Amino acid sequence: MTEFLAVWSSLPEYLRASVWILIVTVAVILSVAFTILWERKVLGWIQLRKGPNRVGSIFGLVPGIFQPFADVIKLLLKEVVVPSASNKWLFRVAPAITLIPAFAAWAVMPLDPNLVIADIDAGLLYILSLTSVGVYGVILAGWAANSKYAFLGAMRSAAQVVAYEIAMGFALVGVVMAAGTLNLGDIVRAQEGGVGNWFFVWLFPLFVVYVIAGVAETNRAPFDVAEGESEIVAGFHVEYSGIAFALFFLAEYANMILISALTAVFFLGGWLSPFDGLLAAGHPLAAPGFHWLFLKLFFFLTCFMWYRATFPRYRYDQIMRLGWKILIPVTLVWITVEGFMVWFGVGPWSR
Amino acid sequence: MFVELLFYGFSAILLAAALGVIISRNPVYSALSLVLAFFTSAALWLLIEAEFLAIVLVLVYVGAVMVLFLFVVMMLDINIEEVKQGFTRYAWLGWIVSLIVIAQMIAVFYAKDFGIDATIGPVRNPVDHSNTRELGDVLYTQYVYPFELAAVLLLVAIVAAISLTMRRRPGLKPQDVAKQVAVRREDRVRLIKDVSREGGEDPR
Repeated sequence: MTEFLAVWSSLPEYLRASVWILIVTVAVILSVAFTILWERKVLGWIQLRKGPNRVGSIFGLVPGIFQPFADVIKLLLKEVVVPSASNKWLFRVAPAITLIPAFAAWAVMPLDPNLVIADIDAGLLYILSLTSVGVYGVILAGWAANSKYAFLGAMRSAAQVVAYEIAMGFALVGVVMAAGTLNLGDIVRAQEGGVGNWFFVWLFPLFVVYVIAGVAETNRAPFDVAEGESEIVAGFHVEYSGIAFALFFLAEYANMILISALTAVFFLGGWLSPFDGLLAAGHPLAAPGFHWLFLKLFFFLTCFMWYRATFPRYRYDQIMRLGWKILIPVTLVWITVEGFMVWFGVGPWSR
Repeated sequence: MFVELLFYGFSAILLAAALGVIISRNPVYSALSLVLAFFTSAALWLLIEAEFLAIVLVLVYVGAVMVLFLFVVMMLDINIEEVKQGFTRYAWLGWIVSLIVIAQMIAVFYAKDFGIDATIGPVRNPVDHSNTRELGDVLYTQYVYPFELAAVLLLVAIVAAISLTMRRRPGLKPQDVAKQVAVRREDRVRLIKDVSREGGEDPR
């Protein structure tokens, strides 16, 4: 182990960073695979079914554990149909454009007190700008396919993402005000000292707005009008098949994991322990670490599935109304309240 | 050396993308070329260590402005032939403007004749220097009034744009959400006698 560490620290920095990038990317892809399985299981349980339980049940232990791999192999073997009247180049590029930002955003994610691939100062802005680039893939896919349903889905998605990005940005303005920094690791550190200092306590309205806007940004139910299978078949990816479709699927779930992780970082203290300040300083449960981030992330990820199983799809004009007329005013009011709190020294940021 | 290589690489892409904006026949390709141009100029700004501005460029122009641009361009069925009419008629104006711009760019090479080279060049900052903080310091102290004025101006523009496009057409039946939410069961449901049952008792 010590030899390994010695070799590791003797490597140049760009090599170490590359190894970390590889590890994080593979981890995200694997997480996506098991998130899909978990979603199908959760939906099954909510609907009193069993969910996938055939592939890879080893001695009946975890039935269905290899289902995602079976699905991927199936999709890989299928034919990728490119419509003859489509814009072929953009049609092929669009899935990659959706996928890349979902992975690139992990570069600034503080995974652990000592582990972040790129510890940049404007990390929050980097995340915001990348998540807003992801919508190009959806728009281009819808346009390039040269299909009415796909185009309608793309237009819906564009308007929705632009609207909810504003609410999301305003919610993050509150986080930045409280933390006094744009660096994600420092935002987590600003929430140190127990659950009472986590931002969701002090910025509760912004927390709710962020979670709702996060669901809308990822085009998930109940805001999945871009897909809207009951009205426009499958929305922007109606013409995609095989592995091209799988890339959209991958991007959607990678975005879900990303938004869950970001919610944990911004509002629930990221890798901080919830027992911090309650237990003695040396207690293992009070120590910060990746496992806490993972638990919080997992909770929000499961919530995504829970919403999908619970809520009916919003009507399009209702989505717009919720975004522009309710979420944005709520954030504006709470930012004002927060301004007064900062001025009068109320809250954790008075330290 | 490596940085210079990156600079020339990005500059070449930037020029190609900018050219693509004006010469491609498909307006969607033009918009996409503009997106690429924004990305590469952001990369160039990163090279001169203006990371805040670079990220904001991507956030504002690529993330918001160009999405709306693309949205409009895709919705409109632009007829290129129609746009091209009158193109030659105003060519002389275009030539004059471009000549002025080229003259200004050439003038940059003779900066010393204007005494501009007397100012001190930018100083390289240490690695842990935060130019986000630096920008915020200047923006909210020294330039707070111009900043606020610009913000108010933008707000006025938003209000004006919305009020221009808001038309009260007759015959519209908009929904009043407050009314919908305030509806009670008694307003909508009326229990009538169930004649199929003997005695017609209340089904409750």
